[in-house]
Amino acid sequence: MPQDSSKPGILLLGVNHKTAEVGIRERLAMVNSDIPPLQFFSSLNVCDEVVFLSTCNRVEVIAVAPSIENAMAKIKLHWLEKSGLSLKDASNLYEHKADDAIRHLFRVASSLDSMVVGEPQILGQLKDAYKKADEAKTTGTILNRLMHKAFSVAKTIRTETRIASNAVSISYAAVELAKKIFGELKGKRAMLIGAGEMAELAAQHLMANGVSKLIVANRTLARAVELADKLHGKAVSLDEIPDALHEVDIVISSTGAPGYVITAEQVKKAMRPRKHNLLFLIDIAVPRDIEPNVNNIENVYLYDIDDLSGIVETNKAEREKEALKAERIVEAEVIKFISWLKCLDIVPLIQGIQNKAEETRLKELSRSQSALKGLTPEQLKAIDTLTRSLVQKLLHDPIVSLRKSHSEGEEQALALMDAASHLFKVNGSGK
Amino acid sequence: MIKTLYELLLTGALCFYTLATVIFLVQFITLKKRMEKAATGILCAGLLFHTSAIAVRWAQAGHIPLVHMHESLSFLSIVIVAGFLLAQIKNRLKSLGAFVTPLASILLACALTQERTIVPLPPALQSIWLPIHATISIVAYAIFTISFLIAVMYLIQERQIKTKKLGGIFQRLPSLDGLDAILGRTLALGFAILTLGIITGSIWAEEAWGAYWSWDPKETWSLVTWLLYAAILHQRFTIGWRGRRAATMTIIAFLVLIFTFLGVNLLIPGEHSYATRLQ
Repeated sequence: MPQDSSKPGILLLGVNHKTAEVGIRERLAMVNSDIPPLQFFSSLNVCDEVVFLSTCNRVEVIAVAPSIENAMAKIKLHWLEKSGLSLKDASNLYEHKADDAIRHLFRVASSLDSMVVGEPQILGQLKDAYKKADEAKTTGTILNRLMHKAFSVAKTIRTETRIASNAVSISYAAVELAKKIFGELKGKRAMLIGAGEMAELAAQHLMANGVSKLIVANRTLARAVELADKLHGKAVSLDEIPDALHEVDIVISSTGAPGYVITAEQVKKAMRPRKHNLLFLIDIAVPRDIEPNVNNIENVYLYDIDDLSGIVETNKAEREKEALKAERIVEAEVIKFISWLKCLDIVPLIQGIQNKAEETRLKELSRSQSALKGLTPEQLKAIDTLTRSLVQKLLHDPIVSLRKSHSEGEEQALALMDAASHLFKVNGSGK
Repeated sequence: MIKTLYELLLTGALCFYTLATVIFLVQFITLKKRMEKAATGILCAGLLFHTSAIAVRWAQAGHIPLVHMHESLSFLSIVIVAGFLLAQIKNRLKSLGAFVTPLASILLACALTQERTIVPLPPALQSIWLPIHATISIVAYAIFTISFLIAVMYLIQERQIKTKKLGGIFQRLPSLDGLDAILGRTLALGFAILTLGIITGSIWAEEAWGAYWSWDPKETWSLVTWLLYAAILHQRFTIGWRGRRAATMTIIAFLVLIFTFLGVNLLIPGEHSYATRLQ
């Protein structure tokens, strides 16, 4: 049965890096608002539950409302107004209802909707958003379940697909490669030549992965000292590079020098003092800093910017392939969640059956009123009790079965609910 | 009766090894963690069957079943499997199972093709040194077989990284340094045990023939093998001979080892009688 949008349900509206520029995203994040976003949305009195997610790439409101249409319109209107935007900015917002909203949330949690598919931060950000809503007590049965489901879907996707397993940035790719050469990076030593931003980033990644000692070499020693202090390394001049090659395992070079900073001759000479320990050189400079035929030396591996970009591109393509698998997992989970939602209708259904029975009983009693005229009040009371218990006894087993059906799985529960509403001619909402 | 039981157990072991091989190979492709556990479990079951088979054979023959080619190949196979399982407990090496189990299965399958009637032990072999010397030698061979496989993995992975082909194989093999470290350890261990094997052999030779060393072809080639491994280890510890060259040398040394184990017996007549059983 298709979800009727006037029925209570889940809605989601928001903006991301694709639909809105950063200026609009900033405003919608309501950072400078006098009232916290969660309280603001609750105060609109159109939804029962609400979670507010705000990251640098997206701002979203996820809510459960008695009437989706009404809540959607009101939230949109007041949100834009509060953020100092006009209604014509509404075109930046995407609106998702019912299963679309669930699907969107699952995709966001699993980083399928991220700028870099598979990036890991979004899940943490979503957890924080949920924690805030939980603390502000703006979540209930449905959003609690929905958010936890979103977290578990994200986890399943992370373990069952390789969506996040490959590096998609140059500096990550360099670290991944280093790990494939050295295994553990703990205790390894690295040298940074030049002070480019990308090299610095790669150096930071290496340090974060256990590289214990860092040497920074630069044309101007002052800059080397500055960077070395920042990264807790040791500064050397460019002339000292050949000697430093004896003791380091990883070299990252990114100088603006026109010629080679490291030659094959220097590396060859360094191998004996190094006891032929493996040497990994990363050249991210253009023009290149390290003589290309260094790669021909035994136990030396040289990767330049094109090699690393190649890895990044392949990994991106791989991620996209894995993303298809992930979409299938999301789809399956959306269906499961919708059937869970439908099971929530069991309470109004039982209510409906009981109401109908009581109505029928009263109607039949009043129809027999003329025939029961001569009876004493005691006898009338006995008949009332009799009919009441007759109805209760008859309904007892069906209602118990309905209540219990939940534990036998959602599919059975739904089938039974469907049967019950047909047999008693009562619809799910109990009216 | 016992003979059929022996064959039943040995065939059972081969079935388990083959099944484990298939699962390890599928795991190598799919990278499913659970499969690795399943394969390891099945391999353990195979080891149990194999051990029982050898115990039955021992009881039946009345001496250690390490006399013919059939028994030697079977024993080599079981030690490789046991060594692999032991190594997995301490240092798990990614994808090693996909390399070790096929070889262990093939060795056992080869053993099953060999003549396996039990013959009375020739007088020259009736000595306490038979179980000691033969067991030690086979254990050394098994360890060198594993180091050979690790060297092969190293060379494959090294090629991937050098030529920047970072596809499926690259992702499935362990890191270079990880492989090299374990290669070093297996070489050192294998060398120590091979040394012991040669020493026990020469003591036995003295007892049986009155001379510690008689330049029997088997002895000569064992010495060549020993010297090769000694050279690899010496270079490794002094000038840091590691990486590609060490791996290549390990493979060459292993080829010589195979010749020592099989070739000498096949081509040159000598005192090591199990040659006579090879068909």
